[in-house]
Amino acid sequence: MGSRFIGLQEGNLLAVIGDEDTVTGFLLTGVGHVDMLRKESLKSNFFIVNSKTPQSQVENAFRVFTQRDDIAILLINQHIANEIRGVLDEYYEMVQGRQNPLPTILEIPSKTHPYEMDKDSLMTRVQALMGPREL
Amino acid sequence: MAQARYAVFATRMALTIYKGKLKGAIKGHSLLKRKADALKIKFRKVLKDLMENKMALGGTMRDANFSLSTAKYSAGDFSESLKESVESASVRVRIQEENVAGVRLPVFKQQSEDIGSSMQLLGLGKGGQAIQKTRQSFLSALEVLVHLASLQTTFVAVDEALKVTNRRVNALEHVVKPKLENTVSYIVTELDEREREEFFRLKKIQEKKAKAIEAAEAQKNAESLVEAQLRLTGQFTNEASEEGASMSMGGDNDLLY
Repeated sequence: MGSRFIGLQEGNLLAVIGDEDTVTGFLLTGVGHVDMLRKESLKSNFFIVNSKTPQSQVENAFRVFTQRDDIAILLINQHIANEIRGVLDEYYEMVQGRQNPLPTILEIPSKTHPYEMDKDSLMTRVQALMGPREL
Repeated sequence: MAQARYAVFATRMALTIYKGKLKGAIKGHSLLKRKADALKIKFRKVLKDLMENKMALGGTMRDANFSLSTAKYSAGDFSESLKESVESASVRVRIQEENVAGVRLPVFKQQSEDIGSSMQLLGLGKGGQAIQKTRQSFLSALEVLVHLASLQTTFVAVDEALKVTNRRVNALEHVVKPKLENTVSYIVTELDEREREEFFRLKKIQEKKAKAIEAAEAQKNAESLVEAQLRLTGQFTNEASEEGASMSMGGDNDLLY
């Protein structure tokens, strides 16, 4: 059984869906990637969301990033994740049985919204599994 | 449900075969249980790591964001030129595999190449130092995040593997093993029953034979007895018939035969 996880030879990308500051900060590190040859309308691996961005566009960005096979990690501000919670949970359902759950979604806090574990789709499961044992 | 067994002809060969299968099922069951235990331990460890790291994330991001605010203050709004300068990612993530109890688990390893040239220019302009600092703090945040992502993917994979393994353990314990045990005991019972039947039949036959022999013997004895008697009475009958003849001819009318 060959490895199912390898992905890209030269290494997989990270992607960011966030507010302007978050995206700027991460772009500084060099995770940004633009490939004009991609067939999706979104040629880059980052998407800035501000108060005027329609929800459909955010959902679309999420879908594009999760369907690509070269993105291993998707960073998303939690307050944005909350707005597209439905699509997020759908994605988790779909990825349930697979042993190759790429990309993995990381909900991160932003300058304006601190992190709340209770809203995080994945962490609620972690909590549920840990809860009874902590007692 | 406890009486479920495999449909077989109860032969000695079937007995050997099914005894072998039962042994296999028992061994498999204990091996799988050990795998499940190893996975459980790993699972708990991953859960703990995940919780701890996620809680710490808030602080890391706060620091990074603070750096950014400082940089924006010094250098102005550089986000536009930054966006323009993006070409090929210099930070990527490699997926490696960790093997735990026979299960392949994904682990992310960060790898960086040199920063693109256009991005380097940013560090040189106004407020360049602040920008560099911001880059550093976001890079540290990134390290933490990549580690977190690893933990998350591992968590999902272990969770799934644990579920599958537990299912197999339960299936062996509650379905396969009992079925095999029932089959073996059925075969044994049938074979015993058959032996007893054989034995019983043999006994009956022997009895009959013995009876037949007895009967034949008795016949023979009876016949020879009769012969002997006949021989004896024959003499008497001859004498008696002479007397009788004379008597009847003489005519003693008092004797009524």
